[in-house]
Parts: sequence; structure tokens; C-alpha cells
Amino acid sequence: MGVRQRIVIAKPGLDGHDRGAKVVARALRDGGHEVIYTGLRRTPEQIVRTVMDEDARFVGLSSLSGAHSHLFPKVCALLKESGLNDVVVFGGGIIPEEDRSPLFSAGVRAIFGPGTSSSEILEFVDVASTRDCGVGSQDGWHWGE
Amino acid sequence: MQVEAFEGDIIAITGPPGIGKSCIIDAILQRLTPEKSIAVLAVDPTSPLSGGALLGDRIRLSVLDDKSKAESIFVRSVATRSSSGSIPSIIRDLASHLLANNFDLVLIETVGTGQSEMRCAAIANRIVVVEGPARGDGIQAEKAGLLELADLIVVNKSDLDGSDKVVNDLTMSLTLTSDAPPIIKTSTITGEGLDDLSVMITQLEERTSSKRARHRQQLLMAHENIITSNPHFEPILDRMSEEGLALEDALRELSD
Repeated sequence: MGVRQRIVIAKPGLDGHDRGAKVVARALRDGGHEVIYTGLRRTPEQIVRTVMDEDARFVGLSSLSGAHSHLFPKVCALLKESGLNDVVVFGGGIIPEEDRSPLFSAGVRAIFGPGTSSSEILEFVDVASTRDCGVGSQDGWHWGE
Repeated sequence: MQVEAFEGDIIAITGPPGIGKSCIIDAILQRLTPEKSIAVLAVDPTSPLSGGALLGDRIRLSVLDDKSKAESIFVRSVATRSSSGSIPSIIRDLASHLLANNFDLVLIETVGTGQSEMRCAAIANRIVVVEGPARGDGIQAEKAGLLELADLIVVNKSDLDGSDKVVNDLTMSLTLTSDAPPIIKTSTITGEGLDDLSVMITQLEERTSSKRARHRQQLLMAHENIITSNPHFEPILDRMSEEGLALEDALRELSD
């Protein structure tokens, strides 16, 4: 097991489905991490404020509503604006293949779709913890490339 | 980092799991901000198996949806990690730091507690115990423990049957106490008592009878800290579970 991280799991936007987010939160907890779950329907501003107050190193965004192409880059931009450049952003939910490349460009470091194993997500956290791949980093790396 | 203990209002909100501690804190924040700046340190348990934690107290704080209020509120979720009590010792430094940075009030939400968990007394200078209906008969109110340290008792979920009986049992029990804490009935569903509670919480008097108990908890917490912060603590724990190291030998090694 890697180093214990503080990870915010967030549900941005108008999306009432959080089964997936809760499963991921539980998997991260069982992997030895401290997970702060935001609850449903958070704005990007609220999510960034939570990351700041909670001193989290990672933020996982879950979206099943189709608004990911708007919401995920917005969170990335606000994190940078707030000086939280070292925070690692990852996403999950229903994210079509063709939408992923722009999200990686915006600073998202991994996208996990349905069927992802929890061990893969834990592996990502361990690997990302050891690289300089925060949202403000110039490192163009993303998981699975 | 060592932080000087800072005099100021640190109030612990404690009580059994699911009794409404988070919702009561939300109601207090709704009424006292933005006039007061308030920090909330919300504690949830660390898994004894994985060392991880799911920190979910923020979800109840709907006050954070109100931008004008959210600006004067700071919320940090804290896991118990290696401490045995309802609040980890790091909370003491966090709270002092927040008070030194001009927060008017620090509210500590403990993990759900039972009857004898009093560790919060080591850090908070006021203790609010939250109780509720359907938690046993009148004898429960007579038992010694956490209730004796309360500076205020909140009987929450007053919208449910049985809350009047709880208030009666507690009142009867406390009539025999010299400086009994006030009891207030609240419901976050109907809103009963919440305005009064928010006023009372800023005017709580320290009960002299609990002073010694407070110091006792401070000593215990400091002592536990010495043990859990020992670099050999985890390795010795591993050897106990894997190599059958005896408790007496473990203790001897820790105190060397």
C-alpha cells in the first residue's frame, strides 16, 4: 500500500446518481485513504472550496449527466485560480471516448468508466502520488496512455 | 508543529451515532453566521483494518450552499487515526490555530459516542451532549458517565414519540445534582428549540464540578500521545499480531 492520501470525491452539477461515487469512496477507504465525500449536486466553486479546506491532494469527479465537458474543466480552472496547482484531478462515470482527450488537456489525469476495478483506481492514486502531476503541472501524463 | 494553547470558545458536540450532531451544527451555523466566524472540526472514525476513513459530515451542512454564510465558515473533516478516543489529539492544535486566526468559535463534532467516552473534555472547554428518544428506559439517565460532564443537554428529534419522556427522565435524574446543566428539546425537522439553542451555545457557563474530570482527560490524552507517537508503536503492533509478542513485553519495549 502506498502513502495515505486525503481524497475528495465530488458530484458536480445536476446529477442525482451517486452509487458509483460511493463505491469508489469505499474502495479508497478500504485502500487506506481518507475520503471526504461532498454529497450530491455541488457547484465547481463548492468543490474547490472543499478541496482547499480539507487540504486534499486528490479530487475525484463523478458525472453521469453528460455535463462533464463543461464541469470537469471548470473545476480544473478554479483549482489553478486558487493556487491549488498540486491537486491531482481524476474523473469517472459515463464519459464517452471522444470527450476524454479535451479533459486530459484540461488537467484531468485519469478517467475511469464502468467496469473499472477498484484496484486500478488505487494503483492510479499510488502512481500519481509519486509524480508531479497536479492540475497545474506541465506534465502531460495521464493514466493509461 | 507546536501550537500554544489558545484561550477561547471550543465547544464539543457529542452523542451517539445518528442522533443528529451534524444537523444540529448545521442549524447553529445557519443562525450564527455570517455575524460570527465559526470553524467546524468534524471527526469520523478511521478503519481499524485498513487505516482509511470515509469522512461524511460535510454532507449535512446545507449552510455551505449559502454563499453569504459559507464565507465565514471553515470545515475540516478529521479522521481519528491512531487515537482511541472520540477526538484525536491533533484537534487541540487545530482548534488553537483557528482561534488564533480570528475564528470566534470552534465547534468539534466528535465521532458517535457511547456512555463513557469523555476524551472530548480534554480539549473542549464546553461540552454539549446530544440525546434522543427511544434510547432506553429511565435507568439510562441515572447511569454515570458522559452526561455528568455536559454543560448543556440537547434532546434532539423532538418530533418523534418519546422525547418528552427522555426530557423527564433526564430532569428527574439531574434534580439530585448540585449544578445541573440545562436541557433543551430540539428538532431539525420542525425547527423546535433551534433558535434558543443557538443563543444558549454562545452563553454556556462552565460547570465547576467537571474541572477535575477535564484535567484527568487531558492527562490521559497526553499519555496516550506519548505511546502512539513512539516510532516503535506500529512495528511492535506488527510483531504482536504476526510473531505473537506478548503484551507485557510490548509494553516494556515501548517504555524503554
